[in-house]
Amino acid sequence: MASDRIFGLVTLITAVAYIAAATQIQTNFFSGEYLPKLFPIMIGAVAALSSLVLIFKPDPDPDWPMARTWGNLLVAVIVLAVYSVLISPLGFILPTALAAMILSYQISPNSKQAVLAGIGLSLGLFVVFKFILMLGNVVAYRIPTPAKLWDAISILIPFVGH
Amino acid sequence: METLANLALGFSVALSPYTLLLAVIGCFIGTIIGALPGLGPSNGVAILIPISFALGLDATAALVLMTAVYYGAMYGGRISSILLNIPGDEPALMTTLDGYPMAKKGEAGNALVLSGVASFVGALLATIGLILLAPVLARVAFLFGPAEYFALYLLAFCTLGGMASNNQAKSAIAACIGLGIAMIGVDSSSGLPRLTGGNLHLYDGVDFLVAIVGLFAIAELFFFIESHGKGSSIGVVLDKVTIPWKYIKQTFPTMLRASGVGFVAGVLPGAGASLGSFLAYMTEKSIAGEKGGFGTGAPRGIAAPEAGNNSAAGGALVPMLTLGVPGSGTTAVLLALLMTLNITPGPTLFRDNPDVVWGLIASLLIANVVLLVMNVPMVKIFVKILSVPAWVLLPGVTMISTTGIFALTGSYFDLLMLVGFGVLGYFLRKLDVPTVPVILGILLGGNMEDALRRAMTLSDGDPMYLFSSPIAVGFWVAAILGFVAPMFLRGILKKPEGHKD
Repeated sequence: MASDRIFGLVTLITAVAYIAAATQIQTNFFSGEYLPKLFPIMIGAVAALSSLVLIFKPDPDPDWPMARTWGNLLVAVIVLAVYSVLISPLGFILPTALAAMILSYQISPNSKQAVLAGIGLSLGLFVVFKFILMLGNVVAYRIPTPAKLWDAISILIPFVGH
Repeated sequence: METLANLALGFSVALSPYTLLLAVIGCFIGTIIGALPGLGPSNGVAILIPISFALGLDATAALVLMTAVYYGAMYGGRISSILLNIPGDEPALMTTLDGYPMAKKGEAGNALVLSGVASFVGALLATIGLILLAPVLARVAFLFGPAEYFALYLLAFCTLGGMASNNQAKSAIAACIGLGIAMIGVDSSSGLPRLTGGNLHLYDGVDFLVAIVGLFAIAELFFFIESHGKGSSIGVVLDKVTIPWKYIKQTFPTMLRASGVGFVAGVLPGAGASLGSFLAYMTEKSIAGEKGGFGTGAPRGIAAPEAGNNSAAGGALVPMLTLGVPGSGTTAVLLALLMTLNITPGPTLFRDNPDVVWGLIASLLIANVVLLVMNVPMVKIFVKILSVPAWVLLPGVTMISTTGIFALTGSYFDLLMLVGFGVLGYFLRKLDVPTVPVILGILLGGNMEDALRRAMTLSDGDPMYLFSSPIAVGFWVAAILGFVAPMFLRGILKKPEGHKD
């Protein structure tokens, strides 16, 4: 009950904000005055209506995970976010090994398995991507300057990064 | 005659040694993807699109590879259904009902071969249906103007939403999320950015590949972390594999009927393979009656959903290729593939790129034969692959997904969006909000808006223009029915309970 009501409320606020943003869309002579705004406003309106239905007629709650699992999920999200910004400055192998290790440990908490999975996946996938599939953008390793490393990390810090 | 000439053209495109090799590789990878629990066809094709694109394959080669993966995944879904009682993908759910009990009776090998043959029959008949029906529909589709297209897109969202979720409001929200995301980026007519919040990274819009991989693959990782990868061990032992001629003969009429039912379900925009396997199973169950022994390991209970599901997968290609409206989650992903390759599906595809269409159809036929040949003798290899533990599999899938996106765009921003879509996918699925309408919205949003804008320009802003032709009105009525009817039919269309240990 409560979950759907919260979800409905979040959608409602987003939809109203979306409509508000849509009315501010810049137009010019080529696009006409209202055409670029019409469809976004319609979408926002349908979303707002549906979220009202959800607020008044919610479904039963799903089984939410326990506090510890929320912690695990948060760790996974942070690992993936840090991985996203580090793969450019550090290259493929090191960030992939670390990320795969942590994720593996989270699925099945066994440190030996996790280390194996991390190193195996990182080297194995590197060989596949680089030498069999020959993908661009995949670089084995890079040694960044501290400034570059900070640049990458700071992307994730609100108001500091760019 | 024209059809045969077209088919010959298709085979001349698809039957080179190189593309045949790609078809074999694709079928192999696809079967593995379909078999692994939690990695369905949509997932698999989505993860592989960025990689196949980064490889620099040309359009035909990429298409052959990915359709082989698609059909392979439809085949592979049955393996974990039968052996583990875990559907590898949603359409394979119905196969667990009789497949797992049959495997528990010690007939795992028979169940696997029978379902393989049923898949072959279903997919073959559907491909023939596609060959006959698609050109006709493409000719009709030339009559469609912007009003008809707008109503058609609406119909796809309504029927998909009606089928995919237990709550209409939730599927409407899902579609709106997708459509809303599709609006982000530089507007083609004014050249000015829309709804980007001033973020330069968003000027190009949100790449649908990022959204698909995030919503499917990354969200799956979070689910496995939540469940600690439980339930991924082999439940049933597979001993000798022989061909059960008796069962095949006995269930052949069932396969034909189920293929017919599945094909029709697949052609309906938005319905797709899950509905196909469900209807095929229920039809056969009611024909067989009480004595059929459905639910206790009846051979017909395996043949029906497998033929239905593979036939629906083929049928779903009809609206996707002729109208640009996908009939299921996986065809939505295939549509994404075509759009990545710069091919616009629709009636003009049949006129302007016959080599692509008929090459695709020919590669479907080839993939189907390859799969049958591969699946009967090699089923043991695929069963081995099922025992890959979740603690290697899921990190591996995650790393392949992220690297695929990174190899394609080279941008950290896309990777961060990928994680964001993963989180969104987790919450949506937890709240029982279907994610396929989101994908469909991102894919079709631009086209749907174009149709609306052209309609409004043609009619000088008169909204009644949207209802001005009988075809358009027909689509509107069907859309409303498709959206509302499942609310009343929910009691009748209730899915049967799975087999419990």
